[in-house]
Amino acid sequence: MKPYEFDYELDIAWCPGCGNFQIRNSIVDALRDLEIDPTQLVLSSGIGQAAKMPQYINTNYFNGLHGRGMPVAVAVKSANPELTVIAEGGDGDMYGEGGNHFIHNIRRNPNIVHIVHNNMVYGLTKGQASPTSQLDFITPVQVNGVRNKPFNPLAVALSLGATFVARAFSGDPDKTTEIIKQAIQHDGYALVDVFHPCVTFNKVNNFKWFKDNTYYLDDEYDKSNVKNAIDKALDLEKYALGVLYQNEGEKSFEDQLHVYEEDKTPIVKRKRNIKDVETLLKA
Amino acid sequence: MLQSLTFVLSGQAGQGLATIEKLLSQAIKNDYYVFSTPEVMSRVRGGNNTVEIRVASQPVDAYKHTIDILFLLNDHSFYRLHDRINEKTVIFGEKEFIDEDVLNTTGATFSELKLEDLASDAGSTLYSNTVLFGFISGLLDLNTKNGEDPIRKNFESKSDKIIENNIKAFHKGYELGKAYDRKIAIEKTDIIKNHRIISGTEAVGIGALAGGVNYIASYPMSPGTGLLQYLAEKGNDFGVIVEQAEDEIAALNMGIGAWYVGARSIVTTSGGGFALMEEAVSLAGITESPCVIHIAQRPGPGTGLPTRTEQADLNLVVYAGHGEFPRIVLAPGSINDGVLLTQRAFYLADKYQVPVFVLTDQFYVDSNFSIEPLELSDQYLESHVVESDEDYLRYKVTENGLSPRSIPGYGKGLVKIDSDEHDERGSITEDFNVRVTMNEKRLSKQDLILQEYIEPELIGPKDYKKLIISWGSTYGVIKEAVQSTDHEDLAYLHLKEVYPLHDSIAEYIDQADDVAIFEINATSQLANLIKLHLDRDIKTRINKYNGTPFSIEEIDANIKEVF
Repeated sequence: MKPYEFDYELDIAWCPGCGNFQIRNSIVDALRDLEIDPTQLVLSSGIGQAAKMPQYINTNYFNGLHGRGMPVAVAVKSANPELTVIAEGGDGDMYGEGGNHFIHNIRRNPNIVHIVHNNMVYGLTKGQASPTSQLDFITPVQVNGVRNKPFNPLAVALSLGATFVARAFSGDPDKTTEIIKQAIQHDGYALVDVFHPCVTFNKVNNFKWFKDNTYYLDDEYDKSNVKNAIDKALDLEKYALGVLYQNEGEKSFEDQLHVYEEDKTPIVKRKRNIKDVETLLKA
Repeated sequence: MLQSLTFVLSGQAGQGLATIEKLLSQAIKNDYYVFSTPEVMSRVRGGNNTVEIRVASQPVDAYKHTIDILFLLNDHSFYRLHDRINEKTVIFGEKEFIDEDVLNTTGATFSELKLEDLASDAGSTLYSNTVLFGFISGLLDLNTKNGEDPIRKNFESKSDKIIENNIKAFHKGYELGKAYDRKIAIEKTDIIKNHRIISGTEAVGIGALAGGVNYIASYPMSPGTGLLQYLAEKGNDFGVIVEQAEDEIAALNMGIGAWYVGARSIVTTSGGGFALMEEAVSLAGITESPCVIHIAQRPGPGTGLPTRTEQADLNLVVYAGHGEFPRIVLAPGSINDGVLLTQRAFYLADKYQVPVFVLTDQFYVDSNFSIEPLELSDQYLESHVVESDEDYLRYKVTENGLSPRSIPGYGKGLVKIDSDEHDERGSITEDFNVRVTMNEKRLSKQDLILQEYIEPELIGPKDYKKLIISWGSTYGVIKEAVQSTDHEDLAYLHLKEVYPLHDSIAEYIDQADDVAIFEINATSQLANLIKLHLDRDIKTRINKYNGTPFSIEEIDANIKEVF
């Protein structure tokens, strides 16, 4: 049995044809290529169709609350930096309900991968607008069309100093695998926003729409230049795919913690001496 | 026979009352018992803040309303203290700080004390507080060395000149205080000489360290912030990760995430912040994640009275979170409780995989007590985490309801946690039979928890016929009142584990002919829990909810009226 496979049959809750299947394969391929042991990996997710991902990858996971995949992931990584940590969820989960955690964890720069499935619609709650829904998109709630401007996760991440910002498209599994591998290898916070079609609730932004409205950054593109990246992120005519930005020099959240300055031993492997505590009670 | 004096220093925010409180307590404890409690407004400058310092021949961990000696440090504080002054009160301060009408109606004595002039003589008016420190030290006939040492320690980062000027200022005040012709009739003691003066916040912090805390993520909210700052102060030495979370929602999710991989975390907040954490409490419930939550209560609802005290969030923590799952609520009363119950909280959370609350309040966390040098047990540092094998099941159904808890990266198995209803593996399920099994497994832990119920403390005669019950920070004041009462058959029962409640509490109640319960809330929340869970209806309920703690006088008066 290959790593990350199950020895029993799964009952998968995704619709046939959902982009989530391809994203799952890309993640598993990336993890196998990088030879990451499933016992040394933690997937942290919230709630939603995308957030069900850990159910279908055989590894450690914390499938917590809607919007809260990030705080759990950051705590896991800082309490035990030896683990590889991926936080995963959908656009509503991570950019809506978890918006505050998205903003502030970029500022922290934890060494985790943040995979956000972006299909511009809510799936599990059946078809309402997501933060990334396009203007005029009609839903059972936004019956007159979406009026709020779409959230731009890449531009937000870049403006907050994210050290790795990428966009992928589930329809290109090999390229998506490659981007996820780079994200895992990046030492610091790595955002991978993954476009994918929702075959049930978004008939506008379908497979063809994503194909027609995206392009890959070429080899000439300088991903170390943040201004280039912001230009690309703000260009809504056609969406750039690939790694828009990477800054490799910055220290991660965990590396900057005082507890790891001299001793890299994860705090979870250390022991407290009760005699040290007793000194706090001496006059 | 208890001999005590109540000093009150009244000034404004930013005037350094906290520093002088600290210095005085340090000096006084060499000769007397000492307890102090500040009373502050929710502002950074101005207003009227006071600090009460009680000096006594016996332990007095309680607030006293009537002031024996009052120091006015500014001119706009006198009127607020009107009802705390009587004909025995001596007031020191500048002449213009006094309202003659108040003086005449109360019959208090006024004695002029020009702190600023004396401080100028020592080098600067900045040393006024140190002059006052000296003056009180002189009044109490303290050893001058016991005043100089805390000055040197407090100002150790300052220049020698500043330290010497402060010591000069101390002596100027000291001589004047010593010469003052008032006899201080308190018997001296050196029993607490080797005690440490700590606040309730520090007690909880020390308890957390003794329980193995190595992770805290929290969002500042008075009066819970002190614990975050205390652990930050000690964090570098003790290896604690300290992170200011972006909000309380993140804080508790981080806390639970840290426990998931084997850390021991705590979060600290007050009622309003905790309201934001409730969803994560429920998460801990279904995922059977340990977590420790410190809530320093303040009066609500809403923003309420941010710097005042109340015990009105017991219901909140007992019922917090959707769904049904077990939990433990511990409420420290004595200063030792702060250390020992908080330490125990980590052990209980780890062993039973449930949320454990340490429920304090503003009065408890902000007051300063003396604590003996405790010998702490390291049995509570023992981890219940197990190494996993390949077939590891996080939610294995066992005879006693506890599934052995492993952590990612420790063994060959995988640790799968789910906030959805889940099977033994931790995978989502909608199988109704599994749901019932898992729900019953979780809820069965409540009975297990009761097997290690933390005994309440009984003060007074064992064959009592009258009983007072209370919980949390009302401990000191009721203990003092009961110990000095004429009622020979009156005892006091202080509950430490207020949820779940053990049947033995009913037996204590049944022994008494008359029972009264005292709470700093309007609706008698503990009395109602006792009624609900133990079917004992305590009819005499004494409540206070103006934002201040019970005073000795109030407890005395209530005892007279009730028994």
